[in-house]
Amino acid sequence: MITGTVIIATEICKGCELCIASCPQNSLALSSSINRKGYRYAELVLDNCTGCINCALVCPDSAITVYRQAKPAKRASSPSLSAQTA
Amino acid sequence: METKIDSMELVYAKPETLTDTPMHYCPGCGHGVAHKILMEVIDEMGITENTIGVAPVGCSVFAYMYMNVDMQEAAHGRASAAATGIKRVLPDKFVFSYQGDGDLAAIGTAETIHTVNRGENILMVFINNGIYGMTGGQMAPTSLAGMKTSTSPYGRDCATMGTPIKMTELIANLPGAYYVTRQSVHTPAAVRKLKKAIKASFEAQKQKKGTCFIEIVSNCPSGWKMTPLESNDWMEKNMFPYYTPGDIKVPQEMK
Repeated sequence: MITGTVIIATEICKGCELCIASCPQNSLALSSSINRKGYRYAELVLDNCTGCINCALVCPDSAITVYRQAKPAKRASSPSLSAQTA
Repeated sequence: METKIDSMELVYAKPETLTDTPMHYCPGCGHGVAHKILMEVIDEMGITENTIGVAPVGCSVFAYMYMNVDMQEAAHGRASAAATGIKRVLPDKFVFSYQGDGDLAAIGTAETIHTVNRGENILMVFINNGIYGMTGGQMAPTSLAGMKTSTSPYGRDCATMGTPIKMTELIANLPGAYYVTRQSVHTPAAVRKLKKAIKASFEAQKQKKGTCFIEIVSNCPSGWKMTPLESNDWMEKNMFPYYTPGDIKVPQEMK
């Protein structure tokens, strides 16, 4: 399972909830506190984020940055290749 | 929630060509996504220094504050005319106009039709939300039949007010139009499709093929008096049957 995470700029978020509706994992929810503009902002509430970037694509205020775990290097091919070159 | 990002790789961030200025748009407005995707394509193609945009009058009048490319503000409806002038003086630059429906389909109808008819080598981005959002939700030429707005409180009566204008279909009939498409920005899949369309348009502009025209059917939560999620649902149920997303004119070599 590939895991990811999102960083949300909470002061920019306007709480439109489009990211929450687009998240296939239901990892996002509105906060109970408000930001300086008076909006409830989106936040990550579950740790099942896969880093699919759906939330970031539909965010009108570009408040979401997405990180994803790097794919593990293929073990089967790389050692034999390095053995051949060595 | 505490998460470790040190071991992870960055997969998506705000495009560099979009400034850090917080946008003035209402929560959930499609303008923000349209700006972002346009700038993302410009970023990816590496043409930030060679792009000139023309901002309209309407909600997106401050587009030049968010788009970190050379911008020019045009008089109401005349963005395509201004873009024509810019492109003719600087033919090697990438030029786009960004207009709403009150701008492009109402006061700027003449400029729009003649720009496309001349086949000016520019990209025209047309945001259609069926309403004059900036001035308080008045009826626009693109408002749907029966749609309640502040100037048509009993719904648009097509007998006296005419039928909603399908600008994109109109434009597609003109020989100067190279690529004409209708997209939306309400779901991740729609956003990805729009990105492809914008990229194709800039590629066509590089090859001097003619006018590319992209209509983006968008929502207006404040003007329609709905929450952002409700407005997207309403758009799918009511706008899409009339303004159906999809390519309207695709040249042979792009198929």
